[in-house]
Amino acid sequence: MATTAFDETPPDGIPVQEDNYLTHRRGIASWLLTLDHKRIGVMYLVTVLAAFLLGGIFALLMRTQLLRPEGLLFHMTPESQDLAVYRPFNQLFTLHGVVMIFLVLIPGTPAALGNFVLPLMLGAKDVAFPRLNLWSYYLFVAGALLAVVSILINAADTGWTFYTPYSTERSAGAVIPLVAGAFVIGFSSIFTGINFIVTIHKLRPAGMKWDRVPLFLWGLYATAVIQVVATPVLGMTLLLLIVERLFHVGIFNSYYGGDPLLFQHFFWFYSHPAVYIMILPAMGVMSEVIATFCRREIFGYRFVAASSVAIALIGFLVWGHHMFPNGQSGPLDAIFSAMTMLVAIPSGVKVWNWLATMYKGSIVLLTPMCYALCFLFLFAIGGLTGLFLASLATNFHVHDTYFVVAHFHYVMIGGALFMFIGGLHYWWPKITGRMYNETVGRIGCLLLFVGFNLTFFPQFIIGTHGMPRRSASYKPMFETGHVLSSVGALVQFLALLLIAGCFVYSLCRGRKAPANPWGGTTLEWACSSPPPHDNFDHPPAVAGPYDRTAIAWNPALGGYERTGSPLPPGEGPGVRGASRS
Amino acid sequence: MASYSGVETAAATGAVEPAGLGHVVPLGVLAAVWGGLVVLTALTVAAADVDLGNLNLYIALAIAGTKATLVVLYFMHLRYDRPFLLVVFLGCLGFVVLFISLALTDARAYAPSLVPGQAPAMKDVHTPFGTKD
Amino acid sequence: MTEPAAYTEKPADPWHLAHHFSSPQQQFDSGKLGIWLFLTTEILLFSGLFCAYAVFRANHPEIFVYAHAYLSKPLGALNTMILIFSSFTMASAVRAAQLGQTRWLVRLLAVTLFCGGAFLGVKFIEYKAKWEEGLLTGGDYRPEAPPPGAVVPPEQKPAAATAKPQAAAPVQGLVIERSSIPPAAVGPSGLSPQWLANTPAHPADRWHGPEPYNVQVFFSFYFVMTGLHGIHVLGGMGAIAWVLVRARRGEFGPRYFSPVDFTGLYWHLVDLIWIFLFPLLYLIT
Repeated sequence: MATTAFDETPPDGIPVQEDNYLTHRRGIASWLLTLDHKRIGVMYLVTVLAAFLLGGIFALLMRTQLLRPEGLLFHMTPESQDLAVYRPFNQLFTLHGVVMIFLVLIPGTPAALGNFVLPLMLGAKDVAFPRLNLWSYYLFVAGALLAVVSILINAADTGWTFYTPYSTERSAGAVIPLVAGAFVIGFSSIFTGINFIVTIHKLRPAGMKWDRVPLFLWGLYATAVIQVVATPVLGMTLLLLIVERLFHVGIFNSYYGGDPLLFQHFFWFYSHPAVYIMILPAMGVMSEVIATFCRREIFGYRFVAASSVAIALIGFLVWGHHMFPNGQSGPLDAIFSAMTMLVAIPSGVKVWNWLATMYKGSIVLLTPMCYALCFLFLFAIGGLTGLFLASLATNFHVHDTYFVVAHFHYVMIGGALFMFIGGLHYWWPKITGRMYNETVGRIGCLLLFVGFNLTFFPQFIIGTHGMPRRSASYKPMFETGHVLSSVGALVQFLALLLIAGCFVYSLCRGRKAPANPWGGTTLEWACSSPPPHDNFDHPPAVAGPYDRTAIAWNPALGGYERTGSPLPPGEGPGVRGASRS
Repeated sequence: MASYSGVETAAATGAVEPAGLGHVVPLGVLAAVWGGLVVLTALTVAAADVDLGNLNLYIALAIAGTKATLVVLYFMHLRYDRPFLLVVFLGCLGFVVLFISLALTDARAYAPSLVPGQAPAMKDVHTPFGTKD
Repeated sequence: MTEPAAYTEKPADPWHLAHHFSSPQQQFDSGKLGIWLFLTTEILLFSGLFCAYAVFRANHPEIFVYAHAYLSKPLGALNTMILIFSSFTMASAVRAAQLGQTRWLVRLLAVTLFCGGAFLGVKFIEYKAKWEEGLLTGGDYRPEAPPPGAVVPPEQKPAAATAKPQAAAPVQGLVIERSSIPPAAVGPSGLSPQWLANTPAHPADRWHGPEPYNVQVFFSFYFVMTGLHGIHVLGGMGAIAWVLVRARRGEFGPRYFSPVDFTGLYWHLVDLIWIFLFPLLYLIT
């Protein structure tokens, strides 16, 4: 098999797919009322990217404010006791958090990429419940609109964590519409989770036993389990918050005999597993990208699959680590600290297995692989700093400082977002039928990596020196760190503009993509790019998910094709006793 | 729309496996379960009138648990369904137990430091139904 | 490996088989798994309320013991019986659908719907009584009378009217909850002896008046838990009504009864939740 395939200009006359899911039916109604998972995935993608822009603007405004110790946009002085001066910044970090978490990261990889890829990877015609899928999308949009309405009325300033009693008593913002929006988005998440679990259980083709399921699907499966189990508790939490704010029932406010810490237990029971909703699909994308661009099967397939499930399950046992200094009892502090240390182990298993896959593989440094390498570096940093936060003794010093901010941005951006963009690059030919410019893609990745580290690495340092988070002004000793951070934010913004430009150019002028440009071995590469409306006429023959003998380079196509001679069942990767190729 | 009226003469009682999907629960079983639920409800109401201290709560929960088991196994058909559905249901209960037990452990651990009855009297509370002064 | 069969629409495919499923059995199994996952989410939704209930009852048992007497046990037991019976009729309706007994299916669904309405009717009576007696949540809790069966020593009544302001008066501003820091000194610059006298040393002595503090917390739980449950009953009734309409059209039979089955599962869940709500709210001793 040629390994320099990508440098060759494909010949003319790549057969243009006449009818694909984009051209199948035209008109706005055919999109808005579609039951096709691919179109729903594309709609999610557009909405998520719009929300990402909004959240990014809030971030840039915050970083601009923090260029000066006394604040550049809203001037803070030691004498300013007026809440009105502090409110705008508080609103900014609240909205940045709500938008980025609920509108970008939670739906991002699962709903936008997962909806598109999942049935294709299973050789299925659609998800199990297509109408429910459409409902998921519209609930997502409705929740997003509610959030926008709340921003326009009077943005909340409570922090995305909505801690009581401030959010139920004192906050003058439109907390209820924002919380109601999050509630509605929660249902979108639940329905997506139900859909994915049932699809993976029931719509697998014959021959795809559990040990032949691609690792992206294992990641989506674990994510879906978390979505189904954790999100209802968020729903209850937000419902009680609304009831408390309206009727002052007194459950979360000691003024009326309630318990503010109970709110935090409720909130974090969802919100900690939520971060695993964000990272597990990204880790699934990692497995796919590394397998494809290292020309190997994933080392330790079973361990990687099992670790996805382990992260999902152990992730439910650690929520109290957000509340160590908040009044939680001693015994519980100890339990949660130990469990948090435990949850780091499956993540480490995955990183180890990816590295082992790369070792002695034939690495092809295309853009998705560049993002995967960035993920390894950035997620490792994020994960290791998480251990400092897991340990009780250090947590008390860095709780609510910029150390925490840097930690979660390393895992969320460096982990989840980098692989969201990497996955977008990976599946872009499949979704749009076009290739993008590799050089620009790789430059964008490098620029984003540099900008990201410039933004957030100084934040670790100022955090350990005591810079508190959610603060509109700061002491002059932290100025250097903040200026570096703000410059880095600008670099990230430019990088993202470049990446967006690369994609837009590809849509207009990109060359037509073959069915399998990268040599992926999973089933979504067995249909044309873009796929036809019904995905497959025949369920494709199933090999092991990373079985490279099933594909071969075809110069006439400018891409890979399935050879139709997969290994017989009982042999191949992932099957016990089989020799590794 | 297709109509199935011709099948009305099928066997009305007893466990039947029609040419359809899934198992049919015998009517006798359903009636027996309903009878059991009624008896248990009467039992729990009667038990509430007997003062056994802390034990009352556990007895009430045990009876409620028994009723729930009957409903889940027979009315909800879980006894005759694929085992995986039982795994889903028990897993769900596992998460509920996890959540409640850890939150309760925390509450009990800091209970001794609560000052009883010291929440101040509420003043000037505005609710949709009026103002408490 | 043999080439799998193509996804062609066979003429024998029934009208209710969706295009992405290859057999009715696969569609039915998928739907069943889907509805059970949805029930899982509903259980976890209510588990939040049960958790809050557990925490509050553990820390303030006196509130629950005192206030539950305001609730009518006979009405609660009646509601339980109504829901149990409706569960029985619902399960029988599913059975009728599986056997193709359309007339029985329609009758049983109608009875289930009626029982749901009766449940909500009884709930409405209870809520109306609470409204009239001033027993609402949070800041709206203004009871007109103590609960039936509560012991009210007459000589303590005037003291009760002023007990709360008096307990708060000696301390400046808000009373702060005590922590593990040793208590303040007593004296002119510290706590007043009156305040200390009003604070029971042992948690079991919390209730030192005719009415414990913060009784409204109980009603917060009562209204939120039964209210949310009532909304679910209403939703279930809507689903049953829709299934009833379809059943009257003769759409269900041994080969296709999944809407009846799945609506039935949801209705049983609603019953399950009430089975736990009833003893926790009404049967406290």
